Amino acid sequence: MLEKVSFLLLSFTLAEQLCKPGDPDGYKVRLSIKTALGENAYVWNDNEMFLFRATLAFAMTKQFDGQQFEVSDIIVCNQTARVSFWFVVTYPHNKTLVDKQVVERAVRKSRNRINSAFLLSDTTLEFIGIPPTLATPVNPSTPTWLIVFGVVMGAVCAGIIVVLVVSLVQRKRKKNETNEDTQVKTVENGAARDGVYYMSFSEDESSVTQM
Amino acid sequence: MRGVLPNPGLDHRIPNHEDLDRMEKEESGDRPKWDNKAQYILTCVGFCIGIGNVWRFPYLCQSHGGGAFLIPYLILLVLEGMPLLLLEFAIGQRLRKGSVGVWRAISPYLTGIGIASMLVSFLIGLYYNTLIAWIMWYLFNSFQDPLPWTQCPLSNNGTEFVPECQQSSTVEYYFYRVTLNSSASISDSGGIHWPIAVCLLGAWTVIAICYIRGIRTSGKAVYITSILPYIVLAIFLIRGLVLKGALSGIKFLYTPAVEELLKPSTWLDAGAQVFYALSIAWGGLISFSSYNPIHNNCMQDAVILSAVTGLTSVYAATVTYTIIGFMATDKYDHCISENIMTLLNVFDLPEESITIRNYEAVFSHLNSSYPDIVLGLNIKTCDMQKYLSEGVEGTGLAFIVFTEAITKMPGSPAWSVLFFIMLLCLGLSTLFGNIEGVVVPLKDLNVFPKKWPQEALTVTTCVVAFIISLLFAQHSGIYWVTLFDNFAGSIPLLTIGLFEMIAVVYIYGIDRFNADLEFMIGHKPSIFWQVLWRFISPLIILVILVFYLVGLAQEELTYLVWDLNSEEFPYLSLVSYPAWINAIIFLLAGVPTLAVPVYALCRLVFVCCKRKHVSRDK
Repeated sequence: MLEKVSFLLLSFTLAEQLCKPGDPDGYKVRLSIKTALGENAYVWNDNEMFLFRATLAFAMTKQFDGQQFEVSDIIVCNQTARVSFWFVVTYPHNKTLVDKQVVERAVRKSRNRINSAFLLSDTTLEFIGIPPTLATPVNPSTPTWLIVFGVVMGAVCAGIIVVLVVSLVQRKRKKNETNEDTQVKTVENGAARDGVYYMSFSEDESSVTQM
Repeated sequence: MRGVLPNPGLDHRIPNHEDLDRMEKEESGDRPKWDNKAQYILTCVGFCIGIGNVWRFPYLCQSHGGGAFLIPYLILLVLEGMPLLLLEFAIGQRLRKGSVGVWRAISPYLTGIGIASMLVSFLIGLYYNTLIAWIMWYLFNSFQDPLPWTQCPLSNNGTEFVPECQQSSTVEYYFYRVTLNSSASISDSGGIHWPIAVCLLGAWTVIAICYIRGIRTSGKAVYITSILPYIVLAIFLIRGLVLKGALSGIKFLYTPAVEELLKPSTWLDAGAQVFYALSIAWGGLISFSSYNPIHNNCMQDAVILSAVTGLTSVYAATVTYTIIGFMATDKYDHCISENIMTLLNVFDLPEESITIRNYEAVFSHLNSSYPDIVLGLNIKTCDMQKYLSEGVEGTGLAFIVFTEAITKMPGSPAWSVLFFIMLLCLGLSTLFGNIEGVVVPLKDLNVFPKKWPQEALTVTTCVVAFIISLLFAQHSGIYWVTLFDNFAGSIPLLTIGLFEMIAVVYIYGIDRFNADLEFMIGHKPSIFWQVLWRFISPLIILVILVFYLVGLAQEELTYLVWDLNSEEFPYLSLVSYPAWINAIIFLLAGVPTLAVPVYALCRLVFVCCKRKHVSRDK
């Protein structure tokens, strides 16, 4: 019993020594819960810290795919009222610190899962030193504007063609009408003239020209 | 007739009053007519109300003392704008011809005024349609969610955004890089940017179909293009008033600074704005009036149009400044929040210990306790006045400030579509008047064969204009647009306006003009109009012109460029024009202005030579 207590005390102090603010192999984490969730914000307490350590252990295990990381391998220190703290990760068997780059890779791989465990995002759950992954801009396969442009231009060109054809047809029709009109007019004029002759010089009926 | 220059043969060139009455009764002639008075008024309103009302007037209003600017604006609208407007309406209605025809009828030596109007309308039409092409591009790109100007492209290794976008903002990057792909100087042409060339084709095709049969087709189109902007402005007004910070924008706009009224530049800018706002000296208004019935009350029309233009300017300015107020408040809140977050992070204080309300108190406390740390943080000062007054004129307003404001509203694609349709309608209705001022003079000058129908004239003009406007599709296109805006649409218009007044008052004869008005509307214009036409309006225009030229001669010609490598990036940097630009400026501003005296001189020489020839033959 005494051995267990002394072992726990020893590991605790060892852990404290391992985790230091500014440690080259550690990361500072900063959470902005109230900014992200407003009224639905939860209070940061030991339970939440436990969840954090567990999530990080999950991320490390996923990265290594063989070694099983425990919650005790994630050591946290220097918690502030801001809700920020430092953490370091140790290997499960020999308690040596895991390299900074390895931790970064593990965090980046599971960043989404870590964020959603806390209902936060890349900007509200910050790992100082690990840049947030940028969302790729949405690029539709066919540029949308060409589709709209095609529709508009199609309508306008169809309109132009319709107007031109209609005016051409109208002009042809008018030309035909005026031709007929002049023919009819000359015929009528001829008849009128001959009618006058007919009325005044009745004996000249025979001289009326045939139509 | 007193105070009139000799003008022989005037009575032979123009129809007299009896002829006009007879022509009206018989409805002879193939001159097109308006279907109804509403079409005419809507066409004129659409012509006068353009994109400038949305993006030039609010800026002038705010930078020249807010509400106080309305005083010189309204005074000059009455003293300078209305008389010229009535002059153009009456002379067009009386002489029943387009701009070249009217001045040629008054005196063949004055044909130069009509030619100058046509050249100015053509040059303005070229760059104005480029603005329409840009608006169409944004309109076509608004049919997607998220809007394309909300995102930055990633750099090659995918870890961060492209530096040009990172340093400026997504909307500026989208405008200068994606839309225009602008080079760093006007000399650097960089070839043609094909999306803009395609949009230019679209813009000219739309104009072609709307104007294909002259006012018979454009008169139908104005029912939409003139009325829709008012409806959309109303929708945006309601939307804008509900946004946070809108009232601070309106307060900023209308807070009068009466000391601004003592500065001459305020009055100059007001006078110039009235001139351009009423689309005087473009030739389109003369043309439109010539299709009116002879006894149409043009005096009433002139007053109505001036009132409508003034009221619309105020209306559009209000809407614009609700949006600007919203944007400025948003930027201010963002700035303060960033500062708060920096302080929280550095001092590890719990969230919500610093709010916007106690920010000042906490900041001064921290500054006094830990001055070195606070100094090293580079806390930005958040100045609301600065946000309200920055970069809110011209293309910057529509394509940068407004597009950003729209992205912050819920349902942005719908608002974006609505906004750009409104701008499109505003621009198209102005272009109808513009193209009328180009095609009809070309017809009067017999540039086209007489057999050609109206459709052929419109299509030819649009094709030629499209090919020339490919100049603006280059990578340096935006700098050419600014150049045209500054020089093609300023000095020539003022000089043409001045010549028009002198021509009608002193060459046509003010007494004859009064008699014409009495014949057309039933009563002689009052002493108010007489004094304005004879002395006050020409004097005002002359003063504005002189001051403008003096100012132009004194300052060095510079322009703003979007240069990635300059120190002021992302702000636009001021660069001087290259030397060969002076030749271009002469072409833009000098040629139309000089067309009037040069044509008169040429004709004088020609007539003298012919007379000498004839007398020699005898």
